[in-house]
Amino acid sequence: MEPRVKGRVILFGDNINTDVIIHARHLRTIDPAELAEHAFEVLGDEYPQKLRQFDILVAGENFGCGSAREQAASCLVGAGLKAVVASSFARTFFRNAINTGLPIVECPPVRGAVQEGEEVEIDFARGTVTTPKGTFTFPGLPPSVMEILAVGGLVPYLKRKFATAGAPPPRAG
Amino acid sequence: MGMTLAQKVLAQTSGKPTVLPGEIVDAYPDLVMSHLASWRSIRQLEQVGVDRLYDLNRIAVVLDHRSPARTPEDAGHHQLIREFVKRHGIPVYYDVHEGIAHLVLMERGHVLPGMLILGTDSHSTIYGALGAFGTGVGFTEVTSVWLTGCVWMKVPESVRVVITGRFPPAVFGKDLMLALIGQLTANGCTYKSVEFTGDLVANLSISERMTFCNLAMELGAKCAFVPADAVTEAYLAGRAKRPYELLRPDPDAPYARQVTVDASALTPMVSCPHQVDNAKPITAVQGTRIHQAFLGSCANAKYEDLEVAAGILKGRRVHPDVRLIVTPGSREIYLQAMRSGALQTLVEAGAMLTNPGCGACAGDGGSLGDGEVCLSTANRNFLGRMGSRTSQIYLSSPATLAASAIKGVIADPREFLA
Repeated sequence: MEPRVKGRVILFGDNINTDVIIHARHLRTIDPAELAEHAFEVLGDEYPQKLRQFDILVAGENFGCGSAREQAASCLVGAGLKAVVASSFARTFFRNAINTGLPIVECPPVRGAVQEGEEVEIDFARGTVTTPKGTFTFPGLPPSVMEILAVGGLVPYLKRKFATAGAPPPRAG
Repeated sequence: MGMTLAQKVLAQTSGKPTVLPGEIVDAYPDLVMSHLASWRSIRQLEQVGVDRLYDLNRIAVVLDHRSPARTPEDAGHHQLIREFVKRHGIPVYYDVHEGIAHLVLMERGHVLPGMLILGTDSHSTIYGALGAFGTGVGFTEVTSVWLTGCVWMKVPESVRVVITGRFPPAVFGKDLMLALIGQLTANGCTYKSVEFTGDLVANLSISERMTFCNLAMELGAKCAFVPADAVTEAYLAGRAKRPYELLRPDPDAPYARQVTVDASALTPMVSCPHQVDNAKPITAVQGTRIHQAFLGSCANAKYEDLEVAAGILKGRRVHPDVRLIVTPGSREIYLQAMRSGALQTLVEAGAMLTNPGCGACAGDGGSLGDGEVCLSTANRNFLGRMGSRTSQIYLSSPATLAASAIKGVIADPREFLA
């Protein structure tokens, strides 16, 4: 995971649900690049291509609500998005983003501070999002969770864990 | 300070005497359910390159969402899952003929009060109907718990929903939940645990408790509970796979918010496109033309639901311009409704009966064409969910669905159930 990401913003509103992000009929693969070919397709056939022209997705409240489908996060990775900034996230999307290595930032003021196509910069170490209208701070993720995101998601995290420690000790009792 | 149900379950599954809201714990789930998504978890397991699973007795696999296979590709995914289940000797496995994973696992006594259950399905909150902490996760998280037995969880704050009064005629649990979601919004309980309590809940059937806890997901909830009681015990008698305790919240447990609902003041409700919180009283939408009516899903395709619909449709006909699709939630429900005559009544009225499972709710048959309108007893009406991007989904109770299927337009069930 990059310590800083900078790029052009694609903008969405509140309550963007997983059916809109990627429809159930496209869950035939787990390859992020293949999934990205159908991202936001329900909004228009041009959306999967449009998405690729941007770097950071900015949305309002409750982004990723609905299904627990992990592909809602991984299709955004496949589309080349470097991060998602939202006023709030649905909890299943929040976990899925971490597990697929997609950096997420909960920072409510950002949605109102950018226009589509403008540039923003996220500094994960400092916990800041810099927009044309000013710099906003966000609380960092807990260190144990950040560890998963930092290595690129749950599969690489598990690979490392098992390579170094073997299976974790069984629970007592 | 006492603990809520969510705190108690996370304390006992993380080996701690107490936990506080906001705290992050390493919990050991009692059960991990995966449905069709299991094939993806298996592929991720291959990526990790480790094949020794933590505890086979904490794994449940149920093949819903696309059942039976619609394409050779589906069939291949099913094959991969069956082979995996056999090779590891996973004891809790139900194939494509059994129905919706949530309902099957509850009917077969795998879900017990106080358990922590993860599922590859957001509506895993439904397990709270039996006093269990159920919550949805993605498929890689399932792979991780298969391997490590463990998952990080943030202890949620809890919201207490106190329900008083009695349902008026033709008003059901679904109507209450649609009204509540309309009031609190789709973001109203995000990250939170919802506990349902009050006089109405104390006498409520497990079927209606399932509808409550299922729909709580549409408030954004992490989990939802009806605290286990005598009704729970009666349901579990002869089903429970092992002994259990009736876990209850402490009287001095901390709640972030309390919401009171007077059931007596409710009317039939309908959620309008394209968000569940776009809920309106029936009087605001009646007369809206429908092309399809879907009686199915983990929210409302239980035996009681089929009985309510059959009661209204008995001796009547489905409107000639409406396709009524009935998808019983599980094989047990199917058999029960077969014995009672409800299935015959529904088919005589003109319904199309499918195999038990998720059916049209998950896009498995029953697709909508351009501009078509569907009234559904499911839990989501998101844009394009059931087909064309110009189609529309309205959500209602089984009673409103049956009344509407007869009239050909969204109709008030009080005309039939006064």
